[in-house]
Amino acid sequence: MCAMIEVENLTKWYGNTLALDRATFSVQEGQIVGFLGPNGAGKSTTLRILTGFLPATSGHARVNGHDVLMESLAVRSSIGYMPENVPLYPEMRVEEYLAFRAGLKDVPSAKRRATVDRVVERCWLKTVRRRLIGQLSKGFRQRVGLAEALVADPPVLILDEPTIGLDPTQIEETNKLIVSLGKKHTVLLSSHILPQVEKACSHLVIIADGQIKAADSLDELKRRLAHRQQVVMELRTADTGAGPAEVGRVLGQVTGAAGVRTEEVGGGWLRTIVTPVADADLREALCAVVAHRGWQLREVRRLAPTIEELYARIVAGEADAGKEAA
Amino acid sequence: MGKVLLLTRREISAYFVSPIAYVAMALFLVIAGVFFALADFRPGAPAAMRSIFDIMMFILIFVIPIVTMRSLSEEQRSGTIETLLTAPVTDIEVVVAKFLGSWIFYLAMLAPTLVYVVLLAVFGNPEYGPVASGYLGLALLGALYVSVGLFASSLTQNQVIAAVTGFGILILLAMLGPWIATVVPSRVWIIGVRTLVQQATVRTHYLDFSQGVVDLVHVIYFVALTAYALFLTVKVLESRRWR
Repeated sequence: MCAMIEVENLTKWYGNTLALDRATFSVQEGQIVGFLGPNGAGKSTTLRILTGFLPATSGHARVNGHDVLMESLAVRSSIGYMPENVPLYPEMRVEEYLAFRAGLKDVPSAKRRATVDRVVERCWLKTVRRRLIGQLSKGFRQRVGLAEALVADPPVLILDEPTIGLDPTQIEETNKLIVSLGKKHTVLLSSHILPQVEKACSHLVIIADGQIKAADSLDELKRRLAHRQQVVMELRTADTGAGPAEVGRVLGQVTGAAGVRTEEVGGGWLRTIVTPVADADLREALCAVVAHRGWQLREVRRLAPTIEELYARIVAGEADAGKEAA
Repeated sequence: MGKVLLLTRREISAYFVSPIAYVAMALFLVIAGVFFALADFRPGAPAAMRSIFDIMMFILIFVIPIVTMRSLSEEQRSGTIETLLTAPVTDIEVVVAKFLGSWIFYLAMLAPTLVYVVLLAVFGNPEYGPVASGYLGLALLGALYVSVGLFASSLTQNQVIAAVTGFGILILLAMLGPWIATVVPSRVWIIGVRTLVQQATVRTHYLDFSQGVVDLVHVIYFVALTAYALFLTVKVLESRRWR
C-alpha cells in the first residue's frame, strides 16, 4: 500500500486571511476518505490545491507520486475532480459533454463511445443521456458530475461535497456508488455533514479553521473516543428527600467524575449524566454511591461513542477534543 | 493540437446554440447591410466595397465584444473554469481554442456579406483584387478585435462588464491615432509620441486593405497585436495562481 495523496505542511493565505494552516495528512491507495469540516474550514481550498487549480502559499502536496505544482499535468491526468456545486455546460447534452471531457482527458477517440456508455451505465444516466444538461434536476446534474470525474478511469477521485443538495434517497444511492468505486479508486470526498460520509468512508480527516484536527480510520477514532464515555443514570430520590442539586453534589464527589448534569424527567425521576475525567468506567462507583444513599435506580448505561460527538466537539472548538483524537 | 481542436469545436457549437450570438449576428448583418446599401450599392457609385470595408472597422467595435463577452466570463461565473483548468490541458491551449472558436464564428458571421460581391457582380463589374484584400483585412481586423474581446472577457465574471471593457479598449485602439493628431500640438519632442500612437492605431494599418494594398507591415501589425492580446489573456488566467 502506498500513499496516493500526500499533503505536507500545506499553507494557503488569501491576502491576509489564513485559509489553510500547515495541513498534513495522507490518503492510502484504495481508501475512501471523508474530508470533514464546517463551511469555510478550508476543505475546498485544500481540494483545489490538490487538483492544481490553486497553488499553495507554502508546503507540498503529491498526488499519485507527482508534485501538484511541478507536475501539474501529470497530477491532473490522474485525478477525477468534481468541484463544489458541479459546474456544467447547460447547453450541452449529457453524452456530448461526457465525450468532450473524455477527449480532454486523453481517452482515445476510438474508445470514447464505450467509455461514455460505461459511465452512463454506472451513474444511472441512461434515461437522460440525450437530454440537455441545463434541463436536468439537481440529482441528475450531480450524477453527470460524478460520471465526468469517472470518465477517464482515474486512480484518484476528488469529490467536493458530492451529496450536497440531494434528497435522502439520492444521498443513499450516491453513497453506494462511492463505496463501489472504492474498490478500484482512491477517493477523497469532502462534506460538512457527518452522517453522509460516515456510511461511505473508512477514514476521516477532520479540519476546522484551516487546521487538521484529526486524521485516522473511523474505527480508530471511535476507539480513541471510547475512553471518555459519559454515564447516564436515571434515579429517584423521593424517599430520602434529596433534590437535584444534592444529587449533583454527591455524584460529583465520586473519584474520577469531572462533571454532572441533572435534569428531571417526570414522575420524580432524575436523569443524571456524569462525565469522567479520563479513561475511567464510573458505573460501579456511581452505583455504589446510589445504593449507599438508598436511592432508587432504574437505568445505568454508558453513552456509545459516536463520531458525531467528536466532530461536534472539534467544530465547537473544544481545545482538547482534537488532541485526544489526534 | 488535438485538444485545441476539441475545445474549439465545443466553443463553436456553444455559439450556435446561444441566442446572444444570433442577436449579434443579426445586428451586424442589418447594420452592415444598411451601410452597404447607402454607401456602396448606389446608382453611379463605383462597383467596389471600399466604403463598407472602412465602416466595418467601427461596426465591429460594437459587435465583436458582444460575440466574445461570454467566452471566459461565463466560465468564471458558472464555475466551469474549474473543471476546464483542472483537466489535463494547458492555459495556452484553452485560450487559443477560445480564440479560434470566436474567430471562426466571426468568419461565419462575415460569410453572408459575400452576397454584396454577388450583387455588385450582377449590377456592375467590380474589381476582385480589392475585394479579396478587403476581406483579408477584415479577417485580420476580426482576429485582433476577437483577441481583445477575449482579454476583456477574462477580466470579469460579468458579461456586460466584459462587453463594455471590450468596447472601451477597441475604441481607444481604433481611434486614438487620429484623435491625438488633432489634439496634440506638433512640437518636436511630442511628434515622436504622436507617430508612435498613430502607428499603434488600428486605423493606420487597416485602411490600406480596402484599397487593394496588402502591406506586410500591416499584416504583421495585426498578427502581433492579436498574439499579444492572447498572451495577456493567458497571463490573466494564470494570475489566479498568484492573486
